[in-house]
Amino acid sequence: MTAPPPSPAAHRLRLYEILPWLCAGGAFFVFPDYLALGGQILIMVLFALSLDLVLGYAGIVTLGHAAFFGAGAYVAGILAAHGWTEPLTLLLAAGAVACLLGLVTGAIVLRTSGLSLLMVTLVVSELLQEAANKLGWLTGGADGLQGITIAPVLGLFRFDLFGRTAYLYCLVILFLAWALARLIVHSPFGRSLIGIRENVTRMHAIGSPVFRRRLRIYAISAALAGIAGALLTQTTQFVALQVLSFELSGSVLVMLILGGVGRLYGAFIGAPLYMIAQDQLARDDPAHWLFWIGLLLVVVVMFARGGVLGIVDRLRGALR
Amino acid sequence: MNAAPLALETRGLSKSFGALTVAHAIDFRLPVGARHALIGPNGAGKTTFINLVTGRLTPSAGQILLAGADVTALSPEKRVKRGIGRTFQITALFPGLSVLENVLLAVSERHGAAGDMLRFAGSRRDLVEESEVLLERLGLADHAGRAVRELPYGRQRLVEIAIALGLEPKVLLLDEPAAGVPSAETGLILDIVEGLGRDIAVLIIEHDMDLVFRLAERITVMVQGAILVEGTPEEIAADPRVRAVYLGTEAS
Amino acid sequence: MDAALSALVSIAFHGLAYAMVLYLISVGLSVTMGLMGFVNLAHGVFAMAGGYVAISLMNRAGIPFFLALALAFAVVALASMALERTLYARLYGATELDQVLLTIGLVFMAGAAAKFFWGPLPLPVRLPDYLRGQIDIAGRAFPAYRSFLIVGGAAVVTALWLGLERTRFGAQIRATVDNRRMAQSLGINTALLFTCAFAVGSGLAALGGALGADILAIDPTYAQEHLIFFLIVVAVGGLGSIRGPFVAALLLGIADTACKYLIPEFGAFFIYAATLGLLLWRPQGLFGHAA
Repeated sequence: MTAPPPSPAAHRLRLYEILPWLCAGGAFFVFPDYLALGGQILIMVLFALSLDLVLGYAGIVTLGHAAFFGAGAYVAGILAAHGWTEPLTLLLAAGAVACLLGLVTGAIVLRTSGLSLLMVTLVVSELLQEAANKLGWLTGGADGLQGITIAPVLGLFRFDLFGRTAYLYCLVILFLAWALARLIVHSPFGRSLIGIRENVTRMHAIGSPVFRRRLRIYAISAALAGIAGALLTQTTQFVALQVLSFELSGSVLVMLILGGVGRLYGAFIGAPLYMIAQDQLARDDPAHWLFWIGLLLVVVVMFARGGVLGIVDRLRGALR
Repeated sequence: MNAAPLALETRGLSKSFGALTVAHAIDFRLPVGARHALIGPNGAGKTTFINLVTGRLTPSAGQILLAGADVTALSPEKRVKRGIGRTFQITALFPGLSVLENVLLAVSERHGAAGDMLRFAGSRRDLVEESEVLLERLGLADHAGRAVRELPYGRQRLVEIAIALGLEPKVLLLDEPAAGVPSAETGLILDIVEGLGRDIAVLIIEHDMDLVFRLAERITVMVQGAILVEGTPEEIAADPRVRAVYLGTEAS
Repeated sequence: MDAALSALVSIAFHGLAYAMVLYLISVGLSVTMGLMGFVNLAHGVFAMAGGYVAISLMNRAGIPFFLALALAFAVVALASMALERTLYARLYGATELDQVLLTIGLVFMAGAAAKFFWGPLPLPVRLPDYLRGQIDIAGRAFPAYRSFLIVGGAAVVTALWLGLERTRFGAQIRATVDNRRMAQSLGINTALLFTCAFAVGSGLAALGGALGADILAIDPTYAQEHLIFFLIVVAVGGLGSIRGPFVAALLLGIADTACKYLIPEFGAFFIYAATLGLLLWRPQGLFGHAA
C-alpha cells in the first residue's frame, strides 16, 4: 500500500468525500431510465466495501466472500417467500445470519494462513453453493428462488417498476454502511487492523489479540456483505444460485482492485466502473467482456498496483 | 538462594527441532532492575532463547516464569500483558504508518484502548501525548509524522525501542539494538538504556562489546544453545573459556 | 450382496481412473506451488489447453491419438515456459493477492479465448478404435478406455517418481522445495529449475486434460469449474509433495465417484466438508511440511 501515513486528524471529513454522494444523488435525477442498473451498482459498492474491510484493512485474502452475500440473499429471499416481507427487518435478519456465518467460518479460516486460508474460504463458499443447489425445495435450486414480494419501506415507499424506491433505499443503506465503515477504519480498532496487515509479528509482540481482532472485522464484513445480498433480493425479488458463486467472489475482487484496496473509496470507484463497463460491453458478447476484464487484471497487477486510487496518488506525487 | 526477586526466570528451558537441539536445559535468572547482557557467537541460540521467553516459539521442555508466575503456556500477547517487551534483531515495524502511529499502537494496546471501534483514533489525547513524550525521549520528535519506511536505519532501530518502551515493560529484551546502527549513533541507545528506571529488568543481546561492558552488570555467555558461563564483566573478560570461544571469530 | 460388491468394484474402478486424471493434472501444481511458492490458480488452463490441442489435432488434422497427446504435452509445456518467463517470474516475491489476481485474470482470458475459437460447447472426443469398447478382466467387463487410463496413468506416475528419485534434476527439485536458500547457496540455478519444473508440470497437466477429456469434458469453463478440485488435491496432499497429491487424488477420485453414485442428491457437499475438516486438522495437508 503506498498511501501516505495518516495523521491523527485523518478522521475529519474531507471535501472529496462528499463527491460519491453528490454523484449518486445526481444520478437519480440525471439518469431516470437507468435506476435499475444504478441500484445494482450501489449494492455492489456495498459488497466491495465489505470486502475492502477484510482484504484492504486486515489483509485477509479471501476467494469466497460471495458466501456471505449469498447467505444474506437467500435468508431474505426464503423469509420473504414465506410471508415475512418487511424490508428493514429482513435486512437485519440477513445481516445477523451472515454475521453468525462469518463468526463460525472465520474461527476456522483465521486459524490458517497462505494457501490453506485461500482454500478454506473457497471451499466454504463452494459448500454453500452446493447446498443451495441441492436443497431445491428451500432455495429453488438451479432455477432460483421466486415468489418473493417485499412490503413498502417503512410502510410508505412501495417498490415501483422504475426502480426509484429501490435506488434511494439502496443509497440510504449504503450511506449508513459507509458511515460505519469509516468510523471503524479511523478508530483505534481500525488502526490495529492496519498494524496486523503491516506486521503481524509486531502486533503479537505488543500484546494485541490478533485472532480476536481479525475475527471481529471478518464478522462485521460478513454482516455487511449479507445486507448487500439481501438488498439484491429485495430489489430484484429473485435469488439466483450465482449469488454464491466463485464468479461473484472473483468479480467483487476485481472491482475492488480496480478502484484500489485499503482506501475505503476503492469500492466507490471500482464497482461503478466495472458495472457500467459490463453493462455497455457485455451486452453484445459476454465472452469478450471476460477477456478484457482478465487482461485488465493482468495489466493492473503488472503495472498499476493500487488501482485507480493508486494512480491518483502517483499523479499527485508527481505534481507536487 | 533467595536473593533479589526475579523479574524473569527460566528452568530447564529446552527446544529441539527433531534431532536438532537449539536450546539445552537453560536455567536463567533475571532479577528485578537487572542490567544483564547475553553474548555468544552467531548461532549460539540467543535469539531462540528470546523467542522462547516471549512465546514466539513453544519450548520442548522447561518453564518460563515472569515475576514468579508460570507463563509457559501463555500466548505471546498474554505475556506482553504480564510485562514483557522486546525489540527484534531484524527491525519489525509498521512501515507504512508514521513514527507516531507506530508508538501509539503499542501505547493504546497497553491501555486496552486499541480495540475500541466507536471513536476516532486521535481522540484519546492522553495516549497521543504519552506517545509524543516517548518520541521526545528518544530524539524522534522531529520525525513523528514521517512514514517509518522513510527513516534511516539507525532511526528505525530507535523506533523499535520506543515501541517496546511504550508497553511499560517490567522485562525489556533488546535483541541487538545497535546492529546496523552507525557507531556515531550508538551513544543514544546507550543513554536511553542507562536512563531506564530500576523497576525495569533489561536483558540485552549484543555483539558490540563496548556497549556490553558499559551497560551490563552481569553477563551470560551462550554457546551452541547452552549457557557456558555467567558472571560479572570482569570475571567474563578474564575467563579463558570465553576467550577460547571468541578466538578465531572477528573481534567486535 | 453380489450387487453391492459389483457396485463397489465399479466405484473403485471409475474412481481410480478419475484419480489418475486428477493426479496428472494436479501434480504439476503441487510441485510449482511448493517450489516457487507461487499461487497459480490458472493451472487448470494448461489442462484445458492440452485437451483443446490434442482433440483439435485428432479431429481436424487426423493426427493419431498418441502423437496428438505428445504434441499437446510439448506445445503446452513450451507455451508455459514463455508464460513463466514473461509474467510469473516477475511476481515470485510478490504478495499472494497479486499472484491470485494475475492468475485469475489469465483464467478469464483463457476461457474467453477458448469460447471464441472453439465455441461454448464441450468438444466431442473421438477415441481411437483400439481403445473403445470393453475388455474382460477376471470375468467382468470394464470400459477399455478407463482401463487404459489406469494403466497408462500408473506408467506415467511411475516414470515421474523414478525421475524424481533417480535423476539429478529430481534431486535438485527436492532440495529446493525443502530449502530454497540452501539450494541456491549450493549453486543450483533456481531460475532455470523453476522454468523446467514449471514446463514439466504444465505438460503433465496438458496430458491429464487430454487423456481425461472423457471424464472432465473440455469446454471454455473448464479452468474455472474444476479449479477447486485441483486445489483440493494439492492442499490435501501437501504442497511440494509428489506422493501427497497421489493419495489425495485417490481419496478425492474415489470419494467423488462414490458420492455421485450412492448419494447424488448431496453432490460434492461431503467432499467439501471433508476437505474443510482435514485442512483444519492438518493445514499443511497430509504430506506437506508443517509451517
